[in-house]
Amino acid sequence: MGNGYREMWKSLGLDLDAHDQLLQALPPTYGEVYLSQQDRPAAMEYFDFVINEIHGLRIQELQEHKASGGKVVGTFCVFVPEEIIRAAGGICIGLCSGIDMGAAQAEKVLPRNICPLIKSFMGFKLAKVCPYFESCDMVVGETTCDGKKKAFEILNDYVPVHVMETPQMKRERDMVLWREEIGDLVTGVEALTGGDVTADSLRQAIKEVNGKRRALLRLAELRKNNPSPISGKDGLLIEQIAMYDDVERFTLKVNELCDELEIRLKEGKGAHKPGAPRIIVTGTPMAVPNWKVAHIIESSGAIIVAEELCTGLRYFANTVPENGENIEEMLDLLGKRYLNINCACFTPNQGRMEDLLRLAEEYKADGIIHCSLTFCDPYAVEANRVEKILREKGIPLLKIETDYGQEDSGQLKTRIEAFLELIG
Amino acid sequence: MLSVGIDIGSRTIGLAVLEEGRLIREELRDTGFTPLETVKEMLLSLPPARITATGYGRHAAGAEFAHGIITEIKAHALGAVHCCPGVKTILDIGGQDTKVILLDHRGSVTDFQMNDKCSAGTGKFLEVMATALGYESLEEFGRESLLGNPGVKISSMCTVFAESEAISLLHSGRPRRDIGLALHLSVAEKAYGMLQRVHHHKPVAFTGGVARNPCVVALLEGLLKEKLIMPQNPQMAGALGAALAGCQSPEPVTST
Repeated sequence: MGNGYREMWKSLGLDLDAHDQLLQALPPTYGEVYLSQQDRPAAMEYFDFVINEIHGLRIQELQEHKASGGKVVGTFCVFVPEEIIRAAGGICIGLCSGIDMGAAQAEKVLPRNICPLIKSFMGFKLAKVCPYFESCDMVVGETTCDGKKKAFEILNDYVPVHVMETPQMKRERDMVLWREEIGDLVTGVEALTGGDVTADSLRQAIKEVNGKRRALLRLAELRKNNPSPISGKDGLLIEQIAMYDDVERFTLKVNELCDELEIRLKEGKGAHKPGAPRIIVTGTPMAVPNWKVAHIIESSGAIIVAEELCTGLRYFANTVPENGENIEEMLDLLGKRYLNINCACFTPNQGRMEDLLRLAEEYKADGIIHCSLTFCDPYAVEANRVEKILREKGIPLLKIETDYGQEDSGQLKTRIEAFLELIG
Repeated sequence: MLSVGIDIGSRTIGLAVLEEGRLIREELRDTGFTPLETVKEMLLSLPPARITATGYGRHAAGAEFAHGIITEIKAHALGAVHCCPGVKTILDIGGQDTKVILLDHRGSVTDFQMNDKCSAGTGKFLEVMATALGYESLEEFGRESLLGNPGVKISSMCTVFAESEAISLLHSGRPRRDIGLALHLSVAEKAYGMLQRVHHHKPVAFTGGVARNPCVVALLEGLLKEKLIMPQNPQMAGALGAALAGCQSPEPVTST
């Protein structure tokens, strides 16, 4: 990223020195994890470009949107319906929080032992190093886990936060609550943008976001092939970029990539050596630039074929039916789609177990790796349910708990390699 | 063709040489500060052989001269099964790792568990404590602690905190062999907890450098209420396993 953006970063109030350090951390990692891959699809060039311009071009687009009176809304969870933000004329940005940044700042307001994702977003905000965060006019939080729920109270000191109450069960009365929360979000976002969510604008937004999800689903389908035409690391990268890129352009680029992958498949070209163990990764989200576990898995000779993650299938596995007649119906359908996400914050969460068994079958997985961020109670505890059901079905499982630090890479590599030896 | 196994661990490097499946040489050295150089020295006098590396340094060795790489899990399983046929569980406590490996009736790995990033309860922990209590050697530390009286409790598993706990116990006048016994007990209890977590089956073989410590062995046997199976040279199980893996490998060797 050139120095041409410095003025923009300065005007956003970034701490330029700290921001420089952050930017310097990215390219070597990206080079090692991504650019070192052999024979990548040509269409990955776009996604490399997006990462290369991560704090440049996209931020400029957001600034142009803001200059013409538009608003930017940040989110941290796949439960927040981006269609509503879009329908009200806003741009929805999934904020990343995938790197240990500003920990000392974050620990001024948060306990030391807390989920690294929460610590990261607080650190990003307090250290003023994320131009996305600094572009946000509002953040939409949720009550999925206790850590985030309470951290949003603190975050609200620094940026306006609208919190949606996400239910913890999936009964009819929970749906009623969730539907009310969706209504409140419409009101909150309309008040921010000054634009109305109309039947037309919502219909359009649903269509566009569905388009993005369908493109991601198309990519996911292609990964069911053996050989898989694309590495899991590239798959994860695209799923991460889905959170903040321009919706229509992203959709187009993912579809272009899929066109290329279909040709590759016809030519019998795979992204891995024949016979590589096929792995599904499940657990907590892997936000940019958290590629640690995916990189260890694939550099140990396996291929990741699917991510049962929020940065993965949970984000795009379902679309919103497009047959809503009026705004109320559309919001009902939207609410149902979102409440169908199988996050570990629900009890019970049998849907996730069913998803995993189905995915293992559909993707012909040789094993599943459960990755949980440290201090994430919902996923770390639910790992037991996952283990129980996978054991019953004879599907090999490796459980990992890790954070954004690199000091456990050696041990993780040994454990992952030993797991691959075991299933190989 | 010779098959050489090298286990490049955090504290020691083991080398085992097999000829037609028969162990003809084994050697153990401190890892030192230039592990790969040490390995190369150890290999110097050997004729061309198939080299299989395991341990922390396996990838570095693979990049330079090893023909094959296996993890410590697989290496210890192969090595322990070879030395102690019929074993169902392996407990390996090395310089900075603790592993529990479960085997099926054919000796294949079915599950394993490893400590996370912290090296609490490993050989390194005992080394630090031996120094803190002023013992000349680990052998002396283990031997003396075995004679200690029970009753002292070390509550911290963290090496740094346990060291200050041991020192304040010294200052309170507790005999050092009693403190030593408590420190060994904390290692044994941690390993026992790990064995229980994976639902281990008996018999259990004990490998790695800590298996040479008579105090840990006695305490663990007390907790498990059974005798541990000890390979003759528990620190060589990884290297032996790597050499055995090399024998099984179909690929020919062109040069070292």
